Order: sequence, then C-alpha cells, then structure tokens
Amino acid sequence: MDKGRPDTSISADMSDNRNVSRTRFGDIIFSRLTLFFGLLIVAILVGLLVALNFDAWPAIQKFGLSFLTSTEWDPVKEEFGALPAIYGTLLSSLIGLVIAVPISLGSAIFLSDLAPQWMRKPCSFLIEMLAAIPSVIIGLWGLYVMVPFIRSPVEAWLGSNLGFLPLFQGPPFGVGFLSAGIILAIMVIPIITAVSREVVCAVPLTQREAMLALGATRWEMITRSVLPYCRSGLVGAVMLGLGRALGETMAVTMVIGNAYALSPSLFSPGATIASKVASEFNEASGDLYIGSLIELALVLFAITLVVNIMARLMVWRTVSVRGTGE
Amino acid sequence: MKTHDGYFSRKQLSRLMLVLCGCAATIVIVVLILILGYTLVNGISYLNLDFITQPSKPVGEAGGGMRDDIYGTFILVGLASVIALPIGLMAGIFLAEFAGPRAASAIRFAADILAGVPSIIVGVFAYAILVRPMHSYSALSAGVALAIIMIPVVARTAEESLRLVPNSQREAAMALGISRWRMTLGVIVPGAVTGIVTGIMLAVARIAGETAPLIFTALGSAFGVQGLTEPIGALPLQIYRYALSPYSDWQKQAWAAAFLLVILVLGINIIVRLVSSRKKI
Repeated sequence: MDKGRPDTSISADMSDNRNVSRTRFGDIIFSRLTLFFGLLIVAILVGLLVALNFDAWPAIQKFGLSFLTSTEWDPVKEEFGALPAIYGTLLSSLIGLVIAVPISLGSAIFLSDLAPQWMRKPCSFLIEMLAAIPSVIIGLWGLYVMVPFIRSPVEAWLGSNLGFLPLFQGPPFGVGFLSAGIILAIMVIPIITAVSREVVCAVPLTQREAMLALGATRWEMITRSVLPYCRSGLVGAVMLGLGRALGETMAVTMVIGNAYALSPSLFSPGATIASKVASEFNEASGDLYIGSLIELALVLFAITLVVNIMARLMVWRTVSVRGTGE
Repeated sequence: MKTHDGYFSRKQLSRLMLVLCGCAATIVIVVLILILGYTLVNGISYLNLDFITQPSKPVGEAGGGMRDDIYGTFILVGLASVIALPIGLMAGIFLAEFAGPRAASAIRFAADILAGVPSIIVGVFAYAILVRPMHSYSALSAGVALAIIMIPVVARTAEESLRLVPNSQREAAMALGISRWRMTLGVIVPGAVTGIVTGIMLAVARIAGETAPLIFTALGSAFGVQGLTEPIGALPLQIYRYALSPYSDWQKQAWAAAFLLVILVLGINIIVRLVSSRKKI
C-alpha cells in the first residue's frame, strides 16, 4: 500500500534556481540521514550475529557439532554441551503452548464473536495489561505463590493418580518443567490471544452469515467457517507465542530449578538456554566457558529467528487476504 | 423426531463450547487479578518511606531501601531513550516517507526480527561489544542493550502513525513550495505526534521492567550511582536478586520493589491507552 507521494520536482521547477538547489540539497541530506538510521537497524542485526559468532568462536572451534548433542556441562573440566538446555527450552515451551493455545483461542473467539459489545474493550484491555507486567514480577509471583501450589495439591495429585506415566514420576519439587511451562503459558496467552483475535475478526461477516443461514449453530459456524478461513493466521499467532516462550528468561529462570539433566518427568528441575545463560554468565570465567554460554545464546537466536520468520509470514498472509478482500 | 433430537444436541454442544470459551477468557482475567492482587497486597504491606529514601543495607542489618536502584532505573531508561529515540524516529520517518517499497520491506523485516530477538541475547550482545572491551560492567552498556530493545518498537510505531497522516496534508504543504524535509518535520510529524508519543511511552514501559539484559551489563551496585562507566543498580534487577535470596527481609523488599515497578509500568500503560483512546473519539 504505497501512497502516491507528491513529486518534488514540480515545486522545484517553479521557484528560482537558487532556491531549487538549496531545497534539493536539504532534501537529499535529510533523506540520506533517515536512510542511514534505517540501515542502522539492519546493521545492529548483522552486528549481533557477527559479535555473537566472534565471541562464541572458541567454543564452536573446540566442540563443533558435538556441542549440540553432548549432555556434559562441566566448567572444571571445560566440557560443555547444549542438549539438556535445548531439551528444556523445547519442553517448557511445548508445555506452555499446550496450556496456552486452547485458552487463548477460546478467549479470542469469546472476544471477537461471543462477548456482549460493552465487554469486549475492557476484556481486551485487561489481557493487554497481563502482557505488560514485567517478567521478573511474574517470576516473583510464580516462585512464592504458584510453585507452592503446584507442589502440594497439583503435583502430589498427578503423582498419585497418573504416576504410572513417566511424565509424572519423581518427587514433587514444585520448581521444574511443569511450573516453567505454566509460567510460560501465562506469558504467551496475551500475545496469542491478541493476534488470533485480530485474525478471527478479519474473517468477513458474510462467511459467518452464510453458515448461520444454512442452519448451523454458532459453534458450528466458528469451527467450520471462521477457523478454517483464518487457519494460517492462527498458526502464525501460535508461532509468535512460541517465539516469545523460547526466549523468555527471567520468570523461567526463577521457577525452573536450574538443574542440568535430561529427564522425562515434568516434575524434575531443569534448565532452558535462556535460564542457563542468565544464571551462569556472571560467574563464568575463561574464554571457553564464556564462549560456550554465548554459543548457547547463538543456538537460541537461531531457533527464535526461524520461528519468528515463519510466524510473520503466516500472519502477513492472512492479514493481506483481508486487505484484498475488502 | 430423530432430527429434532439431533438438532437439540447440536445446540447443546454449541452452548457448551461457547460457555467454555467464556471460561477461557475468565481464566486469563483471574490469573491477571491473582498476580496483581498478590503483588499489590504484599508490596504495600512491606512498603515504607525508608524503602524509597534509603540506600540498601548489607545482609543482617534491618531496614534499608532501594533509593539507588530506583534512581538507577530512571537513569537507564533515560539513557536508553536518548540513544533509541533519534534512531527509531528517523528510521520510522524513512520507512513512512522516503523508502521505496523494496528498501522499506527489508528494513521493516529487520526491525521485526530485531523486536523478536530474546532480550537476554541483546544483553549478551551488549556484553560482547561494550563490557568485554571496556573490562567493566557499566550503566552505558545496559543503556545500549535497552536501547536496542526499544529501537524497533519506536521505529515501527512511528512509521504506522506517520502513515495515518492524510496525503492531502502532504500535498497542501508541497503546494506551498516548502522543501520535503521541512514538510516532514513541520507538518507530517506534528500531525502524527500522538501516535508517536504513545509508541515511545509503551516502549519506555517495556524497558523499565526488563531484567534479562541488565544481569551482565548493569550488574547492580552496592555503592549507589557512580557514573555511566560504572556498574549501576536497577529496580527489576534487585527484584530478581532479592527474590532468590534466602533472607526474608530481602524477599519482603522484593515484593515492595515489585509493587513500585508494577505501578510504574502499568501506570504508563493505562495513562497512554486512556489518552490515545480519547483522542480517537
């Protein structure tokens, strides 16, 4: 959607020569200046990649690809591997999404189609407020309010009733993957809800009316007409949430328990890439140790980059469908 | 009769699922109320005048506060704004007014990617380019890290608000014969100022609560604010440290600090939204 901008040459032609050159000169300087600052954003992104690679180089050179598959993390022997952190990052984000997606989609449908008109704005506002709460505060709440609750009724109940599954075995610590997943769910629900609400609202009214006219109930209208119409936008919304969950640091660091192990149990303490970097970076010494932590950050960067790019492409596609449809 | 039954159960299912959707929205709002409620109630019971007027005390000594960390947060936010605002605004002007479609989509893409980079990685970046070469944790490196988080937000919101200025204003200004840069700064930017300020304030609210990028840039300081090349304390950083400490005195102070931070961050958010929604009507 590029607006046709007025052509400067017309006004320039009509004024006298001295003015022309001065006007043109100022314009050129100014547009070059804005271009410079625009390119600066690209430069920061490139600089980020280069600097991280440069500082991670000792670790990349020493461990090569085995960095990704090793489970060792021993600063004394200087053996470092990323697998438990990658596993923890993916597992906690997965738990987060499993909890967040149904709640977010339900809320989005409620806000776009079901809620009475007077409720929609205040409800959206409250959900946006949840997104605005700093993550360290959610972590503080998680550590002192949620984790004790998870430990005694939730994990104890799951352990005694579903303890035959490997997922729910082991002592209930409270801190661990389950708590981290729930905290992540709380943190990504606002973004998934907001984006999918927008996407659902973008479905034309005629789609809904046609389905209702065929005798569908409201729920059938939503599942057979609205949701299929905006499927890729919804997937994009979930991916945006995933991108946020993968990189979330403070709240997760505070409730995940910071243990470096591969365990199938959701009760066991673990670590994510972000929590590992956050909790060890200050104590790290030596190029190899610091390099390994920075390589961890690089791995996280690569994962979130892929997820975010895919998410943007999907959301763009749906929203531009709306643009041409109108 | 059979079709009637079928219709009835479809209707029941519909009603059930719609109620569940309502429940989902309720859960979200209940969680928000729980988090805010605990923070406000705990925070206000531990908050006192000393907390905002006294520097922190070592473990074991009663009392003390977070005066220096509150001050530090304002310095860091100010520093980040000074760095990020010119870059973000000029980039936004470029995107909205000067860029061709190809350059615009490339830079817009870079800005969106930068906005999606986890904040801890931005912290690692600031560590790599400033802390390591300067051999010292510093307020400056923390300010740069926060600025990098702020730039894409400011650039994109500035761009979007500038695009909302009607083209007739550009044409009117052009018809008067002024140059394009003066038109941009004198006519277009003032026309979009509400949206731009909204974006800036929301970005400020976001970086005020950021913790991850500060851990290994600002570090925290027990000696107050000493200058831009020295370590500096910040409110969110102190919440993190104190929350994980085993001392109940410190944990109480963490709640009090959380109270202040929530008031600051949500306060900015609420005011900005009220003002901008009134403007639209």
